[in-house]
Amino acid sequence: MISAFFIFNQKGEVLISRLYRPDVRRSISDVFRIQVISSSDVRSPIITLGSTSFFHVRINNLYLVAVTKNNANAALVFEFCYRVISICKSYFGKVDEESVKNNFVLIYELIDEINDFGYPQNSEIDTLKTYITTESIVSSQIAAEESSKITTQATGATSWRRGDVKYKKNEAFVDVVETVNLSMSAKGTVLRADVDGHIQMRAYLSGTPECKFGLNDKLVIDKSERGAIDAVELDDCRFHQCVRLNEFDSTRTISFVPPDGEFELMTYRATTNVKLPLRVIATVNEIGTTQVSYVLVVKTNFGNKLSATNVVLRIPTPLNTTSVDCKVQNGKAKYVPEENVVVWKVPRVQGGQELSFTATAHLTSTTHRQVWARPPIDVDFQVLMFTSSGLIVRFLKVFEKSNYHSIKWVRYLTKASGSYQIRF
Amino acid sequence: MSGPGQDAKFFTRGKIQEFRAELQAAETKDKKFVKRKTVLKKIVANITMGNDMSPLFTDVVQCLGTPLLEIKKMVYLFLVYYGRAKADQIHLVIPSFLQDCNDRNPLIRALAIRTMSYIPIPVVIDSLTEQLRHHLKDRDPYVRKTAAICVAKLYVADPRKAERGGFVEMLRDLMVDSNATVVANAVAALSEIGDRQDGVIFKLNLTVANKLITALGESSEWGQIYILDSLMRYVPETNADAELMGERVVQQLQHANSAVVLTTIKLLLYLMNYMESRKLIDYICKKMGPPLVTLLSSGPEVQYVALRNILLIIQRRPAVLKNDVKVFFCKYNDPIYVKLAKLEIMYRLASEDNVKEVLAELEEYASEVDIDFVRKAVRSIGRLAIKVEGTADACISSLLGLIETKVTYVVQEAIIVIKDIFRRYPGKYEGIIPTLCENLDALDEPEAKASMVWIIGQFADRIDNADELMDDLTYNFLEEPAEVQLALVTAAVKLFIYKSTSESVKTLVHKILKWTTEDIDNPDLRDRGFMYWRLLAVNPAVAGEIVLAEKPAITTDSDRMDRGALDQLLLHTGTLGSIYHKNPETFIRGAAGKALVDTPALNGHSRQVLVPLQRERPPTGPVVVAGPGPIEPGAASKPPPPLPAESGNLLDGDGEEESVHEDDETEEDSGLQKGAVAAGAADPYASLDNAFGGYIADGPQPLGSAHREDEDLLF
Repeated sequence: MISAFFIFNQKGEVLISRLYRPDVRRSISDVFRIQVISSSDVRSPIITLGSTSFFHVRINNLYLVAVTKNNANAALVFEFCYRVISICKSYFGKVDEESVKNNFVLIYELIDEINDFGYPQNSEIDTLKTYITTESIVSSQIAAEESSKITTQATGATSWRRGDVKYKKNEAFVDVVETVNLSMSAKGTVLRADVDGHIQMRAYLSGTPECKFGLNDKLVIDKSERGAIDAVELDDCRFHQCVRLNEFDSTRTISFVPPDGEFELMTYRATTNVKLPLRVIATVNEIGTTQVSYVLVVKTNFGNKLSATNVVLRIPTPLNTTSVDCKVQNGKAKYVPEENVVVWKVPRVQGGQELSFTATAHLTSTTHRQVWARPPIDVDFQVLMFTSSGLIVRFLKVFEKSNYHSIKWVRYLTKASGSYQIRF
Repeated sequence: MSGPGQDAKFFTRGKIQEFRAELQAAETKDKKFVKRKTVLKKIVANITMGNDMSPLFTDVVQCLGTPLLEIKKMVYLFLVYYGRAKADQIHLVIPSFLQDCNDRNPLIRALAIRTMSYIPIPVVIDSLTEQLRHHLKDRDPYVRKTAAICVAKLYVADPRKAERGGFVEMLRDLMVDSNATVVANAVAALSEIGDRQDGVIFKLNLTVANKLITALGESSEWGQIYILDSLMRYVPETNADAELMGERVVQQLQHANSAVVLTTIKLLLYLMNYMESRKLIDYICKKMGPPLVTLLSSGPEVQYVALRNILLIIQRRPAVLKNDVKVFFCKYNDPIYVKLAKLEIMYRLASEDNVKEVLAELEEYASEVDIDFVRKAVRSIGRLAIKVEGTADACISSLLGLIETKVTYVVQEAIIVIKDIFRRYPGKYEGIIPTLCENLDALDEPEAKASMVWIIGQFADRIDNADELMDDLTYNFLEEPAEVQLALVTAAVKLFIYKSTSESVKTLVHKILKWTTEDIDNPDLRDRGFMYWRLLAVNPAVAGEIVLAEKPAITTDSDRMDRGALDQLLLHTGTLGSIYHKNPETFIRGAAGKALVDTPALNGHSRQVLVPLQRERPPTGPVVVAGPGPIEPGAASKPPPPLPAESGNLLDGDGEEESVHEDDETEEDSGLQKGAVAAGAADPYASLDNAFGGYIADGPQPLGSAHREDEDLLF
């Protein structure tokens, strides 16, 4: 189990240091600083020296580090680090050096609560917020009954929800967000295309609502079973802990009592019939040793009522590029020498439209000619009201004993960021 | 909720006297305790920065009188830090602790026992043990779940006291508590105690195991992990028991927490050893694949954990992911550790059906920037040629293309694998030897050079100018690394056997053997030199038969890990052991080993290959090793540097009775193996590194015994 937890800044200064078990001392942090932070070449998130292992996760120039002395459950340790990050985000927005320093007392309080002797404990944000606050609490004034409510919730079967939630207007928002990953070869064949879907829910519902949720999915256990034509094949889904897994397993219904506020209801993965919102056709030629010519055509692949926004293409150039002449009809293209790419930004493209880009990169002649690795072109974009997998929310039903009326909203978004790659 | 904190200003180094004065000043006039709060925050910040604040012990303890919860928590944090060091003054806080232990508020009660149990000194432990008995039966579940962990802490501080006090039995009672969180923590505490070498044995029977599974549904995600983990302590007596349990936990694979998923997989893989129904086993395998692939959408760290585990799982249960090679293709921006782990899986999943795509990917990787990654990609192309016969032509032409790039490390890596391809397909690709010879000058790494020398020697009859090439290569004979020297000696003898009539060859062989036997101190080399010399002197014809005897064919059979060892390693799925592919007792001091328990339900094959638990463990006392100081950065994952000669390496190639796959791999692994042997003589798997077809050589490794020293300094 976790023996110690630290947060370091980029210089290796300790911002948070908590020892959970007597088998380590604070000086263990020096070892991490020497081994990882000062090292130029760290090639693993886990480093084991003798019997001591350091697990680290980086965020905004911070290192979150868990130290273990036993054969720890590696997935659990990283999930714990991720959880600390998400709790901090929820308490004070961003997680960086400044915010950690500004809230260090609160962080100590939190990590004392969510981990006992190295064993992660209840870390549901909604519950934590009921008794760990930034307000001053006079200990004698907390009514024992109030505390009992908190403790029952923190240890209960629905540890993620308070019982006494009330809203004037009962609303539930469902956001289906799909990240589409693409790797396309230079010849235009799709090497891999898959969708990571997240269904985010914001539930503002009174009481203890019982929700049922339906999708047009056909969970494919065996690829040979063919589903109905309008059904989407999901390779896998994972659910928030509020979803009753046994019911899903037996009847495929997603039923749950939601936490109050925002949470991630489910994540899923789809690999069949992935619709690619943008097609990029790239022709890149090296002319002698001094020039590279680019011709790019981007085609949208969705209805003309929809549009892709924030389209950003990052087009790699050789390391010895001196300047690039770009010609575009839409948006703006600019050569960024620090990153060896041309960044082409297009704020909006309608369905059915086509974009084109032509450019010539001028190279300095080098004596030592190394082959250009040709990293892939990376495309980022967002398309509202479109899902690459074809997934649709069929229904969301809310049952509550007071039988109130609730309003539900559904939005769809497909995006790519950093993993929509076209080789050339 | 008030706005974000503004505490950064407290992060400045302060002096003990100043803080003491400020605390004393706050005692008289302190509206709403703001002053005390401020000083305490400064003190906590200074503790964080590593300043010793222990002299303030008595002053800080005074603050416990204030009714503010925030202040209490900061004082308790201070006590957790310095309580142990201030055993003589700790009695000052005991009354306050005891008062909190009996507070009406369950949160305060839990806070008190939690903090007390963090201070493992006799005074505190004594007063805690009296209280803890009540808290384990507290009517509030939050207090009970905290008390359960307190027992684990107590056990670490004083095992015999905990046993005498009957706390272990009380924990057992909590296993059937009405509250799932309490159950989970009790199980976690019992598991920890059970894993200790001096601990109370913790096993589960069917009744309790079933109750635990029932609690699973109501547990928090962490609680589920502790419960699933503890179910590994249940040993099924009948196939039906194992099958029923498997069916009941399989739904947990759908959980959002990756640790729940991996722990469920660990349990399922374990139970499958005791199952009979082929249908159910196939069903479970099918169910496990998608969640494993989904883990690749998590953060890179969890991806890495998943990939290292997948590599193990697909060796034991290939059905889990047999059609999924594409999802393991590297993204350009994957972190390097993810890429390297994916590459191994791609190679392992490659088959006649998908080899085209895999090869195209590998070619793509061979032009990337990271040297390690490129090397491994090139090596994988060669190994693919050996593994999948139908693709050998394509692989060879791809390797030739790579050699044309003239990038030195690519060329060298290619030549190393081509040597093995020649062995695998004799008489098929020797036509490319001239191309290889053109790159002689590019070779500066011993392994590559030795491989090239082997090729020249072996095929000296087809290389017209072999004698000239050899003459060039031996120019610096005495300065070469031993690995290359050994190769040169053997190659020279082969050349002589092919071309015994040539005067220049005679001179060359004579010169080399003379150097080897007279000027070189390395006993391996000298011995080999003498052996050849006598062989040639006594009967050159027989020498030819021996040196150029037919070589056993090279295969990739050795890629797969031994089944029994694999079964045992999979009991550690998701843990550090699964990252390094080593049983934890071989690299972590005091770690508990695991082995399948033989019952009538254990399936026949698993029983046959069962590896019993090794009793020996690494030394538990301080280990004194005259080791090197700081560890080389990144040493954990770099491929081993070109190694000094592993004796026998070339001899194998010359037809000695050694099995071929060893030849194939020792050259990569010898350094690691030596390390592994040193790390734990008790390591029954030291030789298993080989089982990964040389890949493990580049795999992540815990840094072994040489570094125990710095660890012990820290301890």
